[in-house]
Amino acid sequence: MVHDKKGKERDDVGEGKDDARQEVVQIVKRGAEFTEEVLKENERLRYRVAQLETAQSSVGKDDSLVAELLAKIRRLEHERSEIGRRFAEVEAENQNFANRYIEIENENNNLLNIYVASYQLHSTLDFHEVLQILIEIILNFVGAEVFAIGLVPEGGGPLRPLIVEGMERDELASLATDSGVVGDVVASGEPRFVEFSESREVKLRDPGICVPLKIKGQVIGVVLIYRFLQQKTELAAVDHELFTLLAGHAATAIFASKLYTDSKRKLKTIQGFIDLMTSEGAAG
Amino acid sequence: MSDFSALVVEDSPTMRQLIVFALRRLQTLKVTEADDGVDALKKLQAAKFDILITDINMPIMDGLKLVSLVRKDEIHKDIPIVIITTEGAQEDRQRALALGANAYITKPIQAPQVINTVKELLKL
Repeated sequence: MVHDKKGKERDDVGEGKDDARQEVVQIVKRGAEFTEEVLKENERLRYRVAQLETAQSSVGKDDSLVAELLAKIRRLEHERSEIGRRFAEVEAENQNFANRYIEIENENNNLLNIYVASYQLHSTLDFHEVLQILIEIILNFVGAEVFAIGLVPEGGGPLRPLIVEGMERDELASLATDSGVVGDVVASGEPRFVEFSESREVKLRDPGICVPLKIKGQVIGVVLIYRFLQQKTELAAVDHELFTLLAGHAATAIFASKLYTDSKRKLKTIQGFIDLMTSEGAAG
Repeated sequence: MSDFSALVVEDSPTMRQLIVFALRRLQTLKVTEADDGVDALKKLQAAKFDILITDINMPIMDGLKLVSLVRKDEIHKDIPIVIITTEGAQEDRQRALALGANAYITKPIQAPQVINTVKELLKL
């Protein structure tokens, strides 16, 4: 029985060992499972870390892109302001060119008037044609309504009228050349612009404009303007140019054509006299 | 080659030359000159013109008579007419426009006035 008891006890001990073994196995098994779980968790965390790293690096990339874009914007802004400045410069230059163009155009138009007046004035040696051209220039180019041109006698005395428009010739023939406005202009050789008014009253001794006609500095006559056409409200730059032209060219044109006409007439007289003499001689 | 032709009627050679020189700036315009209204009518019968530019005070036939005759002419009745004159009174302007003139310019003239008027009437 004892034996049995012992055997039973042995059996009990053996059973206890099995339990312990099983328990150890269980523990080891759980340890393995735990290890596996830890490894999986580790793997998962690694993956997460990798994901975060990737995300972080892309965030860094965005920052650099933003910085790059900002730099580009700054550069473009600078370029824009530079272009704006250049545009303003070019615009100002353009405005200058436009103003210059207008000036040149005006100058061209004035020169056209001067050229035509000068061309016509010297286009003939016929005294009456020269006078007619002078009338046309003063009437059509200057826009005078009441005007005259007279010669100043070498020995003094009243004006010798050549052209009289809008007033009496006899009246002008009484105008003294050594006093008043005309006297001042003859003495100084400088034009006189007393007053400009389209509705000006005509006073013989008080012409609005008096321009000397000069040859080599000597005044041989004067252009007198008493009144302008009603549509002529002011003197333009071209008018002063025309007065300057008249001062120099009208005098020579009048003088040359007068000499030519006189010489032609004298030649005709002499020729007639010679013809008469030769015919009488032949008859005798 | 000229695309348009203009007839300039003016008894003053000086004024006529100024108008012709001004119009020469329009390269598409061929310019013919006439001394007075009668001379202008002869030239209008001989050729077709696109624009007529005339003075008023002229010998033989004045500009206003010319305008009224041109407006009755079968070929040129619709031609644009520009008056260039020293007559600056409002009634002179109205009379010319009533007779059929399209534009009225008073002397003294500046080239751009004539050029711009012709360009406007010919739609250049």
